[in-house]
Amino acid sequence: MDDFLPIVLRSLAVSLTATACATALGLPLAAALALGRWPGRTMVMVVVHSLLGLPPVVVGLVLYLLLSRAGPLGGLGWLYTPEAMVMAQAVLATPIIAALAHRAIEGQWREYGRALQASGASPLRALPHLLRMARGGIATALLAGFGRTVSEVGAVLIVGGNIAGVTRTMTTTITLETGKGNFDLALALGLVLVGISITASAVVLVVGGERR
Amino acid sequence: MRWVLAIVALLSAGPTVARAETVVLAATTSLDNSGLLARILPLFTAKTGIEVRVLAQGTGQALATAARGDADLVLVHDPEAEAAFMTAGHGIKRVEIAWNDFIVVGPKRDPARIAGLSDAVAALRKVAAAKALFVARGDKSGTDALEKRLWRETGVNPAGAAWYKDIGGGMGAALNVAAATDGVTLTDRGTWLAFANRRDLVELVHGDPRLINRYRVIELAPERHQSGNMEGARKLAAWFASAEAQAAIGAYMIGGTPLFNPGVKAVP
Repeated sequence: MDDFLPIVLRSLAVSLTATACATALGLPLAAALALGRWPGRTMVMVVVHSLLGLPPVVVGLVLYLLLSRAGPLGGLGWLYTPEAMVMAQAVLATPIIAALAHRAIEGQWREYGRALQASGASPLRALPHLLRMARGGIATALLAGFGRTVSEVGAVLIVGGNIAGVTRTMTTTITLETGKGNFDLALALGLVLVGISITASAVVLVVGGERR
Repeated sequence: MRWVLAIVALLSAGPTVARAETVVLAATTSLDNSGLLARILPLFTAKTGIEVRVLAQGTGQALATAARGDADLVLVHDPEAEAAFMTAGHGIKRVEIAWNDFIVVGPKRDPARIAGLSDAVAALRKVAAAKALFVARGDKSGTDALEKRLWRETGVNPAGAAWYKDIGGGMGAALNVAAATDGVTLTDRGTWLAFANRRDLVELVHGDPRLINRYRVIELAPERHQSGNMEGARKLAAWFASAEAQAAIGAYMIGGTPLFNPGVKAVP
């Protein structure tokens, strides 16, 4: 197999970038769902929640067909690149971040919305306060999104192609090495993956102010 | 802050900064999993500066990937699927660049009494008669195609039988299942020699001419693949047939055993 460290770093880079993209899409959506009452809102809620169970292989397959040179987005040249993997993971993580952050923000809005509005704040003006108050729940949403991206294998295998040194990540390496019967190596990478999850949770929870 | 770091890391870890010339090679999994390509392709890169990105896929998937234009060159091992690919006009040139053989492996206790046979069809008949557990790939790979051809010759249709487990997976997955359940399976020798989880599995059948495993490079029709790196692909195809590559293929060993035999032969 390739060197251990580049694979770990590549996994982190792809998953963190995907989580960032999913946050950029999911967090505003969550705020809009929590604060506004606009036409089509219920429909969007249903769609977001149903996408929580989106099967990664389906996302992989659809993106493959889109990004393939014969497909509509073939001109991007993204198939079998980290960009395609970021795209797939962002698609998977966005509904998770949107749904969980929506719940967190909505809870705070229910509790303090009246007070904030009484003090003259419009929902938009109240948003920074709400986000700060809901930061624990939002942190959990981001962690869940990151967890989805870093642990995912079905989609990145299809759109990334598991190319050594280019699109080989921790999960695709685990799949590959299991196929070769190298269970020790596969398990070692699995442990690294668990370690990363623990580290990410610790960092986010401390930043989120959960330390006692 | 975290995102900035992530993007910096992505750019430095990813391939997009230094745009070296690349060729996408869709190669059958056995050549990749056995470690051969990782050993020999750096020689090509050193010579030409062209980086080869290997997509390890079963023959069926590799040919489909190439037909869609997502690979620049294919390296596969299923004569029938290759012929269909050529007939459909996807390929223009097919050259054999290495060969070895398939073998039937199974548990040491050999429930079907096939150890030492050199007739693969007779061996499969005995597997069926003994209802010994057989692990099938079922994934349209070259090995899957050969296995189905062999079964056709036996006159037995194993599909649906309780002892015939179609796992729909790669060679490694099939070997893992066979090792865990004392099953018999057909494998290419390269994957077998590189496989680390054999447990009780041993080689039971080899030596049937039907079990010869030929690896062919197919150059794609340029008029259908204008967006790919056809020039790089042509160079890589020519290199596989060169004296340097052939020597490197012949010299590749695991535990002192050569995995592949070099040999160049144009195939119509």
